[in-house]
Parts: sequence; structure tokens; C-alpha cells
Amino acid sequence: MNDRYTVFAIAVIALVTAALRFLPFVIFSGAKKTPRIVEKLGRFLPAAVMGMLVVYCLKDVSFAHTADYLPALASALIVALLHVWKRNTLISILGGTLCYMMAVQFLF
Amino acid sequence: MNTTARKAFISTLPVMTGYLVLGFGFGILVKANGFATFVAPLMSLVIYAGSMQYVAVGLLTGGASMITLALTTLMVNARHLFYGVSMLDKYKRIGKSKPYLIFALTDETYSLLCTENPDIAPKERKKYYILVTLFDHIYWVLGTVLGSVFGALVTFNSQGIDFVLTALFITIFVEQWLTAKKHASAILGVAISVICLVIFGSQSFLIPSMFLILISLCLYKEVGENE
Repeated sequence: MNDRYTVFAIAVIALVTAALRFLPFVIFSGAKKTPRIVEKLGRFLPAAVMGMLVVYCLKDVSFAHTADYLPALASALIVALLHVWKRNTLISILGGTLCYMMAVQFLF
Repeated sequence: MNTTARKAFISTLPVMTGYLVLGFGFGILVKANGFATFVAPLMSLVIYAGSMQYVAVGLLTGGASMITLALTTLMVNARHLFYGVSMLDKYKRIGKSKPYLIFALTDETYSLLCTENPDIAPKERKKYYILVTLFDHIYWVLGTVLGSVFGALVTFNSQGIDFVLTALFITIFVEQWLTAKKHASAILGVAISVICLVIFGSQSFLIPSMFLILISLCLYKEVGENE
């Protein structure tokens, strides 16, 4: 591999990623008050974005056969139910992930 | 360990599991594609965006042009624009560490910091934000280093362990749901994403989803304001 190409490519990806992360702060910086619409977006976005990320994580689940979707959807449901029941992040995550791992390794 | 560091460490435990595993996998993948040992850890340190790093391995192996790399990064990471918008007020008077907090604002760090942790007193918030951000970054780089160096030696069956990040996002989604008074934005986020996934397919639904979420949240609020 050509190390110079690789390092240059990494720099490009790093700069674009950082630019995206800094852009909102640059646009709405300074003493100016954050516009009301943006402030409200900031309040409402987390819930919508988290919903979007959940869908994003499950985006490659196929509905062709039961074995394709049952492990992921059942484990996702288990995470949600465990969390409503115990409200303990670690229990919810460990419980759901172990279910999923056992399902894909031993059952399907 | 003092209490803020303890609280930060405990809340980052799920991210630690996910990042060590995914970072480890990333280190193995980069090595397997014939890159030098320094490449994967360098990427995790300076790019620090998981899904884009995985995408980049294929692009770099194929010798993609700088334009292709820049545009792909723009598409894959556009969602980070979102995160900044909801952190504007939180990070407004945070001081010298602000550039680092912004640089290292990944999906997972955002998910931990976007809603206020009730166990954190207002005066320890700043320290908590910094520690959570730093811990997550360390897990990611550490996982990558371990994967680059020891990847070939591991044999345990870890199939399915990537579900840990899905589980993390679901947990946060449910937690937000249980604490929120109104659920319109959570429902909108899921509904729009599912509809866009069906229409545009799994490879390209993220950008239209974000666009529609932004528009609908703007409209939703204007209706609310007029009442």
C-alpha cells in the first residue's frame, strides 16, 4: 500500500467529518442569540434522531424468512421491555445483546 | 476515583462494550486489507466516526479519488450536523474544551449527552461532558489498537455482538420516551425513517429521512406556536 496516499486520504476524511461537526457551532456562534427555531429543533431533535438511529441499526433486517428478522426484532423488543420494566441501561443492553447472540449463533 | 468520573465511567459502559468490539473489528479489517499497522489506529484517532471508517476501508483499498472520499464522507456523516444543533446551548459556555467536545461528538457520545443525566448536578456537568467524551474516544482507539495488533489471535465466536449498539440506541429511545411529556417527535423520527427506508432502500434512506425530519419538526412547531 502507498502510505502517502493513505495518510492524505485519512486527512481528507478527517477534515470533512470535523467540518460537519463544527459547522452548526460556527454558524450559530458569537454573542448572537441562537434563533428560536434552531433552539426548538435542538430540543425536539434528540427523540427524532434516536428513533432514526434505531431504524438505521435495523435497516439491513430482511423480511424474506422468519430466521432473517426474528432474532433482531425479538431482541429489540426484549431491550425495550427490559428497559420499561427495570429502567437500568446495562441490564437492558446486556439482556438484549445476549438474546441476539444466542439466537444467531445457536437457534437460526 | 472521584464521583463525577465514576458516574461518567458507568454511563459509558455500554459504549465501551460496543466501541471495544467494533474498534477491534475495524483494526482486524484494516490489517486484513494489507495496510500498515499504524493506519487503523490513526484513523480512529483523527477521523473518529465508526461507520465512515468502515466504509473508508473499501474506498482506500480501491484507491478512490480525494473527491470521492470527500463526497462519501459528506453523505455518510451528514447526520452529525444534526447533533451539533441540539448541543449548541449545552456547549455554549463550556470553555477551552469546546473544540474537543465538538470534534469527538459521535453518535454514541451524542446519545449519552443529548438528554440531561438526572444524577449529574449542574455544577459537575462540564466535567461530566468532557469525561464521557474522552472515555468514549479512548475505548474506540484502544479497541482499534488491540484489533490491529492481536486481531489474528482471537477465536471466540462474537457473531451478533454488534447488536450492542442497536440495544444502546433502543434503550436511549425508550428512556427518552418514558421521560418526555409529548411523543410527537419520537414518533415522527421512527415513522419518517421507516417510510424512507421502504422508498429509498437501506443504502440511501438516511439523507431523505433527515431532511424530512427537519422539515416536519419545523412545521410541527409553527402549528404549536400559533395555538
